Amino acid sequence: MVDSALKPAETGFIARTLRESWPILVVLALLALAPTLSSALENPFLIRLFTRAVIFGMAAVALNFVLGFGGLVSLMHAGLAGIGAYTVAILAFHDYDGSKLFGVFAGTGNLAISIPLGMLLSAFGAALTGIVSLRTSGAYFIMITLAFNQMLYYFFVALQQYGGDDGLQILASLDLAGFDISKRATFFYVALAALTLELLFFARLVDSRFGVILRATAQNERRVIALGIPPLRYKLAAFAISGAAAGLAGALWATGQQFVSPSELSWVRSGDYIVMAVLGGMGRVWGPVLGAIVFVLLEAFLPSWTQFWQAPFGLVVILIVVFLKGGLIDLVGAKGPRAPGGGGH
Amino acid sequence: MKASIRIAAMATVGAGALFAASSAFAQAPIKIGFISSMSGPEGVIGRDLKDAFDLAIKTGGGKMGGRPVEIVYGDDQVKPDVGRQVADKMLDSDKVQIVTGINFSNVLLAVVKPVLDSGAFYISLNAGPSVLAGKQCNPHLFSVGFQNDNNFEGLGKYLKDKGVKKVYFLAPNYPAGKDMLTGFKRYFQGQMDAEIFTAMGQLDYSAEIAQLRAAKPEAVVMFYPGGMGINFVKQYAQAGLMSQIPLYTGPGTVDQTTLPAIGDAALGMYTGAMWSEFLDNPASKKFYADFEAAYNRIPSQYAAQAYDTARVIQAAVDSIGGKIEDKAAFQKALENVKFDSVRGNFKFNTNHFPIQDYYLVQVEKDGKGRLVSALKEKIMSNLADAYAGDCSMK
Amino acid sequence: MSLSLFIEQSLNGVQLGVMLFLMAAGLTLVFGIMNLINLAHGSLYMAGAFFAAAFIKLTGSFVLAVLLALPAAAIVGAFVEWAVLRRFYSRGHLDQVLVTFGLILVFNDVVRMIWGVVPVPLPPPDALAGSVHLFEGVFYPAFRLAILAVGALVALALYFVVSHTRVGMWIRAGASNRPMASALGVDVELVFSLVFSAGAALAGLAGLMAGPITAVQVGMGEPILILALVVTVIGGIGSIRGAFVAALIIGIGDTFGRVLLPPALGSMVIFMLMAAILAWRPKGLFPVHG
Repeated sequence: MVDSALKPAETGFIARTLRESWPILVVLALLALAPTLSSALENPFLIRLFTRAVIFGMAAVALNFVLGFGGLVSLMHAGLAGIGAYTVAILAFHDYDGSKLFGVFAGTGNLAISIPLGMLLSAFGAALTGIVSLRTSGAYFIMITLAFNQMLYYFFVALQQYGGDDGLQILASLDLAGFDISKRATFFYVALAALTLELLFFARLVDSRFGVILRATAQNERRVIALGIPPLRYKLAAFAISGAAAGLAGALWATGQQFVSPSELSWVRSGDYIVMAVLGGMGRVWGPVLGAIVFVLLEAFLPSWTQFWQAPFGLVVILIVVFLKGGLIDLVGAKGPRAPGGGGH
Repeated sequence: MKASIRIAAMATVGAGALFAASSAFAQAPIKIGFISSMSGPEGVIGRDLKDAFDLAIKTGGGKMGGRPVEIVYGDDQVKPDVGRQVADKMLDSDKVQIVTGINFSNVLLAVVKPVLDSGAFYISLNAGPSVLAGKQCNPHLFSVGFQNDNNFEGLGKYLKDKGVKKVYFLAPNYPAGKDMLTGFKRYFQGQMDAEIFTAMGQLDYSAEIAQLRAAKPEAVVMFYPGGMGINFVKQYAQAGLMSQIPLYTGPGTVDQTTLPAIGDAALGMYTGAMWSEFLDNPASKKFYADFEAAYNRIPSQYAAQAYDTARVIQAAVDSIGGKIEDKAAFQKALENVKFDSVRGNFKFNTNHFPIQDYYLVQVEKDGKGRLVSALKEKIMSNLADAYAGDCSMK
Repeated sequence: MSLSLFIEQSLNGVQLGVMLFLMAAGLTLVFGIMNLINLAHGSLYMAGAFFAAAFIKLTGSFVLAVLLALPAAAIVGAFVEWAVLRRFYSRGHLDQVLVTFGLILVFNDVVRMIWGVVPVPLPPPDALAGSVHLFEGVFYPAFRLAILAVGALVALALYFVVSHTRVGMWIRAGASNRPMASALGVDVELVFSLVFSAGAALAGLAGLMAGPITAVQVGMGEPILILALVVTVIGGIGSIRGAFVAALIIGIGDTFGRVLLPPALGSMVIFMLMAAILAWRPKGLFPVHG
C-alpha cells in the first residue's frame, strides 16, 4: 500500500511549471539576450560573466537536488565537478600531446566523448563515496563529504604529470562532435541550453515517484522505512545523479576556461555552491540559478568598490539567512508547494 | 606631486565600462592591467608589489612615451579562476595592452594564455614557471622577475663551492617547489640527504624538523613562501637548530613580507636572492630611499621586482615614443631594453627571461634594530636559465 | 626510525593532538550542548592570537598578555553569541553553517582593517624560547612542552567541571532537556552564554598558544578549524572525552603519516582516517545520546 503523500503529482506538468516557475522562464529568456546586450554595450566581458553564472548555476542546481530535496548538505560538489573538469582537460592533454592515457587510451578533444565520460566518472565518484557517507547523517554527513572533497583535491594536486597544483591548460582545440563551440557567444548558448535541459530534467525527476520518495526521506526517514522502501538506495541514486550533473557543470567549466586547477576543487568552492543554493532558494529546482547570478555579480563588483569586500559579502550572507529564509524565490513570490529541505534541518 | 598622474581605480564592469579603444590619438592612455593577490593571507605580497609598481610609475611622471598611463587593478584572491575572470574583464572591458602583477604561478598559468591570445603583452614580475621559459615561451611574454630554478641554482653552486656534502631539502609539494629543487641540484651536483615535499599550507613542521635533526645534514635548504615560511622558521629556531645547522632559502620566504612576523628567530639564516636592500648601485639606493619615504617601511625583493618591471615597461615604451600599438616594435624595444635595474646587471635572454646576478644575503639587524637582509657575497654572475634552449620563440 | 626519534615524533604527535583538543573542546561543547555548528570558532582562535600579540606589544610580558587576551576572546565570543548566534540555536544546521561562514568573512576583514595585511609577531616568552634536553638524544622545544602541559591541565579541568560540579550539571541538564531544566530553575539562556564564552576563551587560548609557533595572520583560523571539526566529528559531537581521544589519534596519525607516507598520501591521512572511522562508526567514537 502506498501512502497518498508518496504519489507523484497528478496535475499537468506544463501548466504547473508555468504557474510555479514563471520567474525562471523570464530569467532564462533574459539570459538568452546577454550576448546581444553584450555587443550592444560593446562589452564582451558581460558574456563571460554570464557564462560563469550559468555554469555555477548548473553546479548549484545539481547540488540542490540532494540539498533542497534530499536534505543532504554535501561539501564535496566542487570535487565532483572537478572530476568532470579534469576528465575533459586530461583527455585534451593527451590529444595535444599525442601520448596515451595509462599507455592505452588515446586522448580526444571531442566533447561529445569527454563530457559524457566526465559525467559518468563524477557519478561513479559520487556513488562510491556515497556508499560510505550516506550511512551518516546531519553534521557527520557534512564533515565526511568535506573529507572526500579534500581527498579529491589532494589527489589532483598529486597528479604532477597534469600540472599538480599549477593546474592544467587545455592547449588542444575542443569541438562538440565536429562543431566548433569556442566562440564566446556560441559557448554561452551551449551552456545555457545545458542549464535549461538540466532544469527540465530535475523538474521532472523531482515530480516523479523517485523524487517524491527522496523528498519523503528528507522529511521523515522512519516513515519511509515503515512503508517498506529502502531509503539508502534512493539517496545513493540521487547522489550519483547529482554527481553526474555536477560533473557536466565542471566539464563545461573546463571547456570554457581552457584551464582547470585543483583550487577549483577546494572545499570553499563547495561552500560557495551551498551559498548559491540557499541564496536563490532551495525550495525550487531553479532557485539556485538566481543565487548563482547574484553571487557572480557580487563577486565581480564588490571588490571593485572596496578593498574590504569580504565583510559586506559576509553581511549579505548573514542577512539573507536571518531575514530571507526561503531565499530569493521568496522575493519573486513563486507560488506552490515547496521542497522539504528549504530552511530545514 | 605630479597632478597629471591618472591611476584609475578598477573601472566597473557593465554599462559603466564604455571605453572605446582608440589608438588614433597619441594622447590616448597606455593601459596596464595589474592583477595580484590583494586579499587574504597573501595580501601582504600584493600590497608590496602594487606599492612599488605605483612608485615607479609616479617617478616616471605618470607618463610613458608622452602618453598618460592608466592602471587597472584586480585581486586574484590566489584563485586561478578568479585571476582569469579579472584578466578577461581587463582585456574585454578595459582594453588593457599590458598585463602584469601576478605573484603565484598557478594563477599566472591560468591567465597567460588568454592574455597572449587577445594580443596583449604579459610582463611577469615574479612567477617564472619552467614551462613558460621553455616550450611555451611567447614573443609577447617577458619575465622581469626570475625563472623559478635560478635562486636555488645560486645556492647550489655556493654550497658546492663551500664543500658542503650533506644537504637536506624541503619544499611544498607543487611545481614551483620541484623547480627549485631541480635548480639546486643542477649546480650542487652532490648527493642529497633527503628531498622532502610537504602539503601546501602546512602549519606544523615538528615531524619534519625532528627527522632532519636526526639526519644531521651540513645544511638545510628549504623553500616555504609566505605563511609556511613563518611557521617553518619559527619552529626551526625553537628546536634550537638555527645555531647548529645553517638554513638556506630562496625568494619570498624570509624577506620584508615575513620578517616582521618571524622576528629574531630568523637571525642568521641565508637567502639566495637577486636583490638586497644593501646592493650598491644608484638605482637601488634611490628605490630604497623613495620606497621608505613613501610607505615608511623597507621594500621586499617582491617590491624590487615590481619596481623594475614598471621601469622596464617605461624604458621600452619611451624608446618607441609611446607607439605600443606597433607590437613588433614594442617587442623589439623590450628585448633590447636599456634601463638601470635596481639589481645592477640585467638583460633579457632569447626566451625573454632575465640574465642576471645572484647574491647570498643573511638576516641581520640594522642600526634601527630592524631585521634586514644584509648582503654577503655575489654567488652567480650573468646566470641564464636552463630552458632557453627549449624555446623556439614563435 | 631510532628509538629517540620515535619518542620525539610521538611527543610531536601528542603535542599536535593537545593543540587540536584545545580547539575542538570549545567546538564540541557548543555543538553538543547548544546544537550549534560554529564555523566562526576559527575566528575566535585568530582573535586570541591577535589579542595576545597586541597585549605583548603593550605590556612586554607574555603572561600578562595571556591573562588579558583570554577574557578579551571570551568577550568577543559573548558579543557574537548575544548579537547573532543566540537566534540560531533552534535553526537548522545549514543556516548555522552559512551564518557562521558569513561571520568568518566579517571577522577576517575586521582584523585586516585593524592590524593590516602583514603577519604580526608573537614571540614566545624568553624562558621558553629555546629547546630543552629531555634525555639522551632527545631535544624538545620548551614552548611545545608548555603547550602539552596547558593542554593536559585544560583537559583535566574540563572533565572535572562538566562531570563533578553544579555548573557542569546545569550544562548537562540544559543540553539534554531544555524545558525541564528551565522549569527546575536553571537559567538556560545564561548557561548557554557562559558555555559559548568559555568555548571562545578556549579557542583564544589555542590561538595564543599557536601564535609563537605559527604565523599570526588574517585567515589563520580556517585551516585549524577544519582539523578541529574533523576531531569533533570523529570523537562524537558533544563528547569532551571523544574530542580528547580523537585529537590524539589525529595528532599522532598526522605526524607519523607525514613522515612515513609519500607526500600525496601524507596530506590526505587525516581525511582518510576520518572517512574510515565514520564508515565504521557513523556517529563517531563516543556517540552522545539524547
